[in-house]
Amino acid sequence: MQKGSVKIAGYDLEKEPEMVRESIGIVFQELTLDRDMTVREILEYHGRLYSMPKAVREERIDELLGLVELEGKRDTLTRHLSGGMKRRLEIARGLMTRPNVLFLDEPTIGLDPQTRIRIWDYVKDINHEGTTIFLTTHYMDEADQLSNRISIIDHGKIVVTGSPWELKNALGQDLIYLETSDNWSASDLLKKLESVKEVREKSKGIIIMVNVDGTRLLPEIMDKLRNGGIKIRAVNLKKPSMDDVFVHYTGRELRDTGTEKG
Amino acid sequence: MHTGFLTIYWRDMLRFVRFKTLLFTSLVQPALWLAFFGIAMSNNFERLTATLPATPGVRTIGYLTFIGAGVIAMTTLFTSLFGGTVLLFDKNWGLMRETLSSPLPRIHIIIGIGLSAMTKSLIQATVIMGFGLLLGVQFFEGYTPAQLIFSLFGIMLFIGAFSLGFLFLSAAIAITMESPEGMQAVITLLTMPFFFTSNALYPANSFPPLLRALSTVNPLTHLVSGIRYFAIGSDFSSIGLRYTYTQGEVLVSFLALLTFAAIMFLIARWRFTKVTVT
Repeated sequence: MQKGSVKIAGYDLEKEPEMVRESIGIVFQELTLDRDMTVREILEYHGRLYSMPKAVREERIDELLGLVELEGKRDTLTRHLSGGMKRRLEIARGLMTRPNVLFLDEPTIGLDPQTRIRIWDYVKDINHEGTTIFLTTHYMDEADQLSNRISIIDHGKIVVTGSPWELKNALGQDLIYLETSDNWSASDLLKKLESVKEVREKSKGIIIMVNVDGTRLLPEIMDKLRNGGIKIRAVNLKKPSMDDVFVHYTGRELRDTGTEKG
Repeated sequence: MHTGFLTIYWRDMLRFVRFKTLLFTSLVQPALWLAFFGIAMSNNFERLTATLPATPGVRTIGYLTFIGAGVIAMTTLFTSLFGGTVLLFDKNWGLMRETLSSPLPRIHIIIGIGLSAMTKSLIQATVIMGFGLLLGVQFFEGYTPAQLIFSLFGIMLFIGAFSLGFLFLSAAIAITMESPEGMQAVITLLTMPFFFTSNALYPANSFPPLLRALSTVNPLTHLVSGIRYFAIGSDFSSIGLRYTYTQGEVLVSFLALLTFAAIMFLIARWRFTKVTVT
């Protein structure tokens, strides 16, 4: 602990670390499994470490293996599991003690789309049953789909916090992308419109953030530009995504352009 | 939480019995060592020392029996010193992160691994003794059943204390080092001086003064003396020299092993508090 104070599940982290440890579950980003133990033994080990009584342990193991659909692999050594199965096992393990707070660090990294969606379903189920979940992820769609509240962290500091809807709304509703014969004039012209929140110049065109439904506003904008003698070369309409939110607050493209500097 | 160490113990013993080939080699290897080295050396030693006068009235035992205790001690030393490497593997590629972030107090890890090393050493010692008796090692000659039980108990106590001590040392090294290769190098470096400055293979009395001093503080010497006392007797002669052990000396040896184990435990505990989970 460097500065300040932290309370998890009601316990102070500095003063009562053991109580904190007993109230949380953690699923690490790196797979933390023993290749020489079976699926059942991994869960059993965890249960014993957390002093779960034997009967509760057995019951919970059955329940969780069912949840993550690994019943058939009960007595399989973990070295014979696929990456997705290992991740599901880790999530089952994190839930063994029915923690109040569960920390998930990049739970779907490197997984195929079907497994990702399955894991998202488990996470949503757990959350609805009352577990608070702290999710760390680089996948904006994951954060968008699963979270009630999102904080964007840049350079080690929280830059913005809000619900997915709030964050996307802060950008205005929609984004219109235009490439014209005269981007500067177009930009000047459009900034004067009431429904336009902001106009940003990009390398080849301009992005217009509007606070009304873009599908209705777009034809109006195009007419205005044509009337002003500006030719339109390309047009695109995009409803904002979490990626756009991220880029807006951190100023960095998520795609690797190579020319952008963070 | 007071039985947390049993979880660690359970997991390590699971590993021990799961892989039949490893289990087999760990039990067979010391037996083979005793057979090949013991028989080859004992024939040579007998020939060399045949001309030395035997002390009248004192039982004489062969070199094979003499080093029987040495082989048991050497096996225990290796098993215990390498016993901690599982912690290093766990730290780099296994469940150490999960174990350390659980509510389990860290000394339970040390105690759990200690007990499992002790169990393995006791099993190995039993196998070696059994095999040795088949080869003709003169352990427990003329003992009544009561004496036999007493001797076995004594041997187990000595092996237990010794294996704990070296396991704690191994654990301290394992949790400190980064790579298994590094650790294996350190341990190999350690085993040589311990083994050869002890009385496992030859009498320590004939050492030059410096080595003799080292052998008295060497836990291996105390273990070997203890095993010889219990398995052979308090007064015997071998390869031309007479060995006597008093009960006081044996007690001192046992206390020395316990002290060694206690010191190593403290070092291991200290090292464990320094570990952080990343």
